[in-house]
Amino acid sequence: MTGLIGKVVVVTGASRGTGRVHCQRFADEGADVIAVDVAEAQNDLRDTAAEVNQRGRRCVAAVADVRDAEALDAAIGTAVGELGRLDVIVANAGIHAPGAPTWELTEEAWRHTLDINLTGVWHTVKSGVPRIGAHGGSVVIISSTNGLRGTPNTAHYTASKHAVVGLARTLANELGPRGIRVNTVHPGAVGTPMVLNEATFRRLRPDLPNPTADDAAEVLQSRNLLPVPWLEPVDIANAVVFLASDEARYITGTQLVVDAGLTQKTT
Amino acid sequence: MTARLAGKVALITGAARGIGRAQAVRFAREGADIIALDVCGPVDTVVIPSSTPDDLDETARLVSGTGARIVTEIVDIRDPGPLKVAVDRGVTAFGGLDIVCATAGITSRGFATEMPEATWQTMLDVNLSGVWRTCKVTAPHLIARGAGSVILVSSIAGMRGLVGVAHYTAAKHGVVGLMRTLANELAPHGIRVNSVHPTNVDTPMIQNEAVSSAFRPDLDRAPTRDEFAAAARTMNMLDIPWVEPLDVANACLFLASDEARYITAVTLPVDAGSTQR
Repeated sequence: MTGLIGKVVVVTGASRGTGRVHCQRFADEGADVIAVDVAEAQNDLRDTAAEVNQRGRRCVAAVADVRDAEALDAAIGTAVGELGRLDVIVANAGIHAPGAPTWELTEEAWRHTLDINLTGVWHTVKSGVPRIGAHGGSVVIISSTNGLRGTPNTAHYTASKHAVVGLARTLANELGPRGIRVNTVHPGAVGTPMVLNEATFRRLRPDLPNPTADDAAEVLQSRNLLPVPWLEPVDIANAVVFLASDEARYITGTQLVVDAGLTQKTT
Repeated sequence: MTARLAGKVALITGAARGIGRAQAVRFAREGADIIALDVCGPVDTVVIPSSTPDDLDETARLVSGTGARIVTEIVDIRDPGPLKVAVDRGVTAFGGLDIVCATAGITSRGFATEMPEATWQTMLDVNLSGVWRTCKVTAPHLIARGAGSVILVSSIAGMRGLVGVAHYTAAKHGVVGLMRTLANELAPHGIRVNSVHPTNVDTPMIQNEAVSSAFRPDLDRAPTRDEFAAAARTMNMLDIPWVEPLDVANACLFLASDEARYITAVTLPVDAGSTQR
C-alpha cells in the first residue's frame, strides 16, 4: 500500500538506535535494506540484518565510514549490485559530541562533527543518488530540532544540522526533474543512547550529584508540548517511511518536525 | 495491515467535494466513521461554482461504500450557532470525536489595493474565522476524549505570498498562527494540532475559468486544461501541474494516525516543492 514492496533502501548509521529501527520499519513495508555503519559497529550491524531477515526481507551490510567517500561509495556500489536497485536513501548517521561555548570549541571538535553530520550526508547522497533508477526515488536526511533553532553549547552540532537543510533544499531543486524527492526530518530528543547517557543526565540536572534517567526526563518533558520526555525511534522511523512512501509522492523540499512540540512551546 | 483509524470518528468541513471528500473517503477506508459538513451552496463574492447537496450525497455514498458510517450536515462555518448544533449532533450519533479536519475554504481574486471590503471580509470570515469556529466547537469534544488530532488545511499561501490573493494569503497565514497557539493550548489534553499546505490541487476550486484565466493572462480567452496545466507546472519543483486531493488526504491521514503521535504544531507542505523552488 505504501509502494515500498520490493524497493531497496540504504540507511546509514544502521547498526543501532534509530538507524536500526528505520531498517525494521522499511522491512515491515516490504523493502530490502542496505545497512551502512562503521567497522567498529559490525556486531550490532549483524543484529540489524537479523531483524530485517526475520521480516522476510534481504539485508546487505555495508561497512564504511561516511567520512570516507571512496570506501562508502564502494560499499554502497557493491550492495546495490547485490540487491539490483536503489530507491530510497536515508542519511541517518550522525553524532552528538560533547559541546562547549562556541568560542571554546576546538578546531578538532568542530571539524569532527561537520565531517560526519554534514560531509558524511553529502557523501551518502553523492554515492546513492546516481544509483537511483529512472523510476525516481526518495532521499530522507535526518536533521534535528537543532536544524531549525540553536541551543547553547552546540554550535558544531547546530551548524551541521542546519547545513543539511540547505543541502536538502538544493538537492530537491536539482533532483525534482528526475522525480527524486528530498526532505529532512527533525526529531526532538529520542530515547536512544545518544540522549540516555550519564553525560546528558548531568548536563540536564546540574543540581543533582548523581542524576538518573528519571531526573533527566522531568526536564526534557517540561520542554515538550506533549506530556512525554522523549520520542521512541519508531516515531522517527514512521515519519521517514511516510516520506519515502507513495503517500508522500508530491512532498519534496520540506522539513518534517517530529518533536512532541518542542520547537513550538511558548512557555 | 490493520486499519490505521479503526474505531475513530473524524469530522471534516468542506466535505462535499475536493480535498474534504478525499479525506472522508480515505479516512473511512482506514476504519473511521465520518461527520461530513459542507455549506452546499453559494458564498457571496466567490465566483467559482459552489458545492451542492448532491455533492455531499456523493461523498456519503462513497464513504458508505467502504463500510464506514457517515453523518452529513449542511451548515455554514460562518454561523456559530448552527455549526455547534451540527457538530454536536454528529458527535452524539457516533459517541465521541477523535479527528477534526478544518478543510472548508473559498477562493476569490483581486489585487490587495483594489479589493472590495466585502471580498476581503468574506475571505477572512470563511478561511480564517470559520476554521477558528470549527476548532472552537469541536475542541470540547476532543478534550472530553482526552486525546485527538486536529488538522487545519492551510495552503502554500500560508507560507509565502501569492500575487492577486492577498486576502487568501492573509487568511492562510492566520491559520498557521491559530494552529501554533491551539497546539500549545491543547497539548495538556493530549490533543495534537498541525497544518497542511497544499500547492494547487486538482479540485473545482482551481478547475474553473476564474482561476485558470489568472494563470494565463497571455490568452484572450479561457485556457484549456492543458494550457492551464502548462502554467501551473512552473510553480512546482516536481514536474506536475497540481497534486490530487488524495495526496493531501494521505498527508492528513498520517497526521491523524498514531504513526504521528508525537507530531504537533508542525506545518506540513504537500506542495511538489513549490515553496522551496
